[in-house]
Amino acid sequence: MLGLLWLVPVLPLVAFVLLALGGARMPRAAVSALGVGLPAAAAVIAALIAITFGASPPAGHSYTQVLWTWMPVAGADFMPQFALHLDALSIVMMLVVTWVGSLILLYSSEFMEGEEGYSRYFAYMDLFISSMLFLVLARDLLVLFLGWEGVGLCSYLLIGFWYKDENNVRAANKAFIVTRVGDTAFAIGLFLLFSSLGTLDIPEVLSRAAQQWPAGSAVAAAAAALLLGGAVGKSAQLPLQTWLPDAMAGPSPVSALIHAATMVTAGVYLIARMHVIFTLSPLVQWFVALVGALTLLLAACAALVQRDIKRVLAYSTISQIGYMFLALGVGAWTAAIFHFMTHAFFKSLLFLAAGVVILAMHHEHNMFAMGGLRRRMPVTFWTFVAGGLALSAFPLISAGFYSKDLILFEAFTLPRGNVLFWLAGFVGSLLTAIYTGRMVFLTFFGPAKHEPGRQPRWRMQTPLIILGVLAICGGFINVPDFLRTALPAPPESEHSGLQIGLESATGALVIVGILVAAALFVWRRAWADALYRLPGMAGVHAFLFSGWGFDWVYDHALVRPFVTLARINRRDFIDFFYTAVAWLNIGGHRVLSATENGRLRWYAAGIAAGAVIVIAIMVL
Amino acid sequence: MATVPLELALLLAGVLFALGLAGVLLRRNIIFVLLSIEIMLNAAGLAFIVAGARWQQVDGQVMFLFILSMAAAEVAVGLALVLQMVHRFGTVDSDVVSRMRG
Amino acid sequence: MEVAFYIAGIVAVIATFMAITRRNPVHALLYLVVSLLAVALVFYVIGAPFIAALEVIIYAGAIIVLFLFVVMILGNVVVRPAELDRHLQRPLTYVGPAALGLVLLGEFIYILVRGAPGQTGPVAISPQELGEALFGPYLVGVELAALLLLAGLVGAYYLGRPKQPGEPEGETDGDRSA
Repeated sequence: MLGLLWLVPVLPLVAFVLLALGGARMPRAAVSALGVGLPAAAAVIAALIAITFGASPPAGHSYTQVLWTWMPVAGADFMPQFALHLDALSIVMMLVVTWVGSLILLYSSEFMEGEEGYSRYFAYMDLFISSMLFLVLARDLLVLFLGWEGVGLCSYLLIGFWYKDENNVRAANKAFIVTRVGDTAFAIGLFLLFSSLGTLDIPEVLSRAAQQWPAGSAVAAAAAALLLGGAVGKSAQLPLQTWLPDAMAGPSPVSALIHAATMVTAGVYLIARMHVIFTLSPLVQWFVALVGALTLLLAACAALVQRDIKRVLAYSTISQIGYMFLALGVGAWTAAIFHFMTHAFFKSLLFLAAGVVILAMHHEHNMFAMGGLRRRMPVTFWTFVAGGLALSAFPLISAGFYSKDLILFEAFTLPRGNVLFWLAGFVGSLLTAIYTGRMVFLTFFGPAKHEPGRQPRWRMQTPLIILGVLAICGGFINVPDFLRTALPAPPESEHSGLQIGLESATGALVIVGILVAAALFVWRRAWADALYRLPGMAGVHAFLFSGWGFDWVYDHALVRPFVTLARINRRDFIDFFYTAVAWLNIGGHRVLSATENGRLRWYAAGIAAGAVIVIAIMVL
Repeated sequence: MATVPLELALLLAGVLFALGLAGVLLRRNIIFVLLSIEIMLNAAGLAFIVAGARWQQVDGQVMFLFILSMAAAEVAVGLALVLQMVHRFGTVDSDVVSRMRG
Repeated sequence: MEVAFYIAGIVAVIATFMAITRRNPVHALLYLVVSLLAVALVFYVIGAPFIAALEVIIYAGAIIVLFLFVVMILGNVVVRPAELDRHLQRPLTYVGPAALGLVLLGEFIYILVRGAPGQTGPVAISPQELGEALFGPYLVGVELAALLLLAGLVGAYYLGRPKQPGEPEGETDGDRSA
C-alpha cells in the first residue's frame, strides 16, 4: 500500500495537465469531474496509506520512495534524489492537504458555476494541491523547494484569477513579490546547508547538523535564521505579513485553500521539519517565538476593526499562524502541528461559509451591510458558528480549544517558554474571541438589511457540514501522540493541576470576549458607537484598520524609492551598450536596405567595388 | 608568329576589361550593358590566350572556347530578356525596371 | 609582326572606347566589330590562329549579328532613346565608372609590374592540338558547354515567344501605382 505513495501528489498533477491542455474544450461537468475526482482519489489513497502506516509502521517509523535521481552533478557530489518521504509529520500534512483540498474543490465546483475560466480555475487549484503535496512529502530539500515555488506560483495565479480587474492583479503581484523576499532567504539557506553539510537530503541534513554543529554555533544560527526568513515570507508573519490581507482578491475557495490547507502553513511545516537546526540555535528559536507572539497580537488587533468579512478572516489567519510560530518557538512542535490541523478545519470552513454569505449578498463583503442571516441561511449559520467557536477556542466543545490551550500550556511550562509568551497568547485569545464574536454577530444577528439571493445546494453544503463536524470534534484526535515518532515530544508533565487552571482561565477569558462582542454589537450598539467617538479613537481605528501601517511604511521606505530610482533610470544607462549594438544594427540595416533599390547599374557597381577591394587585399 | 612582351598583352586585356566595366556602369541602355559585358568576356578570353601562348599550352585556348560558348548562351538569353522588357515596359532603360516584388 | 600587335592593340582600345560611348547602338556595334577584329588579329599574332578565326566567325559574326537583329526588331525604341542618354551630357556621370575602372586597371598594372617579365612563345598552337585537348581531358567540359548552349536556346525561345492569350498583363502604369 505504501508503494502507492507517488500517486498522491501525481494524481492532482495529472488533473492539472489534462485540464490545462484540454479543459477549455471539455464540458463543465467533465471539468469538475476531473478537477475534483482525481484529488479526491488522491485523498482516498492518502487515507489508505495512513491506515497502513498506523497499523503496521515500517522500520524507523518512516518510509522512503525514491523515484529517480534529479540532475546528478558528479564532480560536486550533488545527487539530489527525487524521493518522497513518509513519516508521522508528513502523514498529518498529507491528509489535511488532500482531504480539506478535496472538500474545497467540491465546494468550488458549485461556487464557480457561473464564472468564466472554469477549467482554468480547476487546473490552477489542482496544481496548487499537487505542489503542496510535493512540498510536504519531499525527502530532499530541493524537491521541497520545487513544491515551495509551485505553491507560490499557484497562489499568484489564483489571487489574480479575476485578472480583468487591475486591483486583483496588484494583489497577486504583491503576494508574489513579498513572498519572493522570503524565498530568497530560503534559497540562500539551502546553499548554506549544502556548502557546510554537503547534502540536501532532509534526514541526512538533520543528523549531520546534530553531529557537526555544536549547540549555539554561528553557522547553525545563520541557517536557522535563513530558513526562518523563508517561513516568515510564506506564512505571512511579521514583517512580511502584508500580502495576505490583499490576497482576498481571489475567489473565496481560493482563500480557503491558501489559508487552511496550503501555502501559509508551508512555513510552519518547514520549521517543524527542520526542528533540529532550530533546536541547535536557541537565539533564533526564541526569535521564532517572538515573531509569532508579536504577529498574533498585531493581527488580532487589526482584525478587530476590519469591515470586510474576508479581511477579518485573513487577519485571523495571520494571528493563528502566529500561535503556531509561538508554539514552534518554544519547542512545542507537536502542538504547532496539532493547531495547524484544527486550524485547517475551521479556517477553511469559515472561508467557505463566508463565500456562501458573500454570494448570497450579491458579492457584498462589508459586514455592516449584512445582518439577520441567522434564520434565512440556517446551515450556513450553524456551520459558521461551529467554525467561529473553534477559532475563538470556545471551551470543551471546539477543536481550537484543545490545540490552542496545548500551545498556551506548553508556552508556559516548556524550558524555552516563559510567562510573557504565555501572556501574549492569553491576551490574543481574548482578542480572538472579540473579533470572532463581532464577525458572527454583525453577519448573522441584528436586523436584516438585504434579502439573501442564491442559496447553496448540496455541493456547497456538504463540505460545510463535514468541516463543521471536524471543527467541533477534530480536537479529540490525539495528533500530538501520533506525531511522537517524528517530532520530539514534550516531557510528560507533572502539572496537570496547572494545566486545568490555565485552561479554565483561558476558557473564561474566551467567554468574556464573546460576551463583550455580543454586548457591543447585539445588545448595546450605542456603546460601540460611544467607544468609537472617544477622543483619539478615530486615529487608533484608522491605524489598526490599515494593519498597523505596515503598507504605508513599506510603500514609503521601499516601493517609492524604488519607483523613483526606476524613473531616474528609465533610459537605462547600463543597457545603453546593448541598445547601442541594436542601434548599430538598425542603422546598418537601413544603409543596406537602401542599396537594394533594384537598379541594375548600382548592383554592377557594387560587384565591381567588391572585386576591387578583394584584389586590393590580395595584392597589397 | 611574333613574340610579344607578356606584360603588354595582359595590359591590353586589362584595359579592355576596364573599358567594359566602365561601359556597364555608365550606360542606362540595356543593349549597351549587354554589349559591355561582351567586351569584358572577350578581354578575359584574351588574358587566357596570352597565358596559353606564354606557357605554350593548349589549355588557355580551351578555356577561351568555354568562355565563347558561355557568352553565346548568355547573349541569346539576355537579348530575349530585352525583347520581353520592351514588350512589357516599352523601354530599354535599365533604371525603369527597378521595382521588386516579394 | 610585333608591329601588327601594337597597332591592333591600339585599334582595339580606341574602337572599344568609341563603342561604349556612342549614342546610336548600330554605330556602337560597328565599332565593336572593329574592336573584335583587332583582338582577333592579336590572337593570330601571338600564336592562336584557330581562336582568331573563331573570334571573327562567332563573336564578330554571330553574336554581333544577333545584337543587330534585336536592334532592328526594336527599331526606334532602341535607336533614338534620347532621354536615356541625357545623363551622358553631364560630366559628373563619368566620374564613378571611370574611377572604378581606373582603380581596377591600376591594380592590374601593379600586378603585372610586380610579376616576372616574360614573352609569348614563338610557336603557334595548331587546331589539331586544341581538338585533341578538347575531346581528351576536357570532354566533360565540352559536354557541359553543349548543355549550357541547349539551356540558352530553350530559355531564349521561351522568353522571346509572342504573348499568349490569358497571360497576365504586363506592368502598366496603373499596375505600378497599385
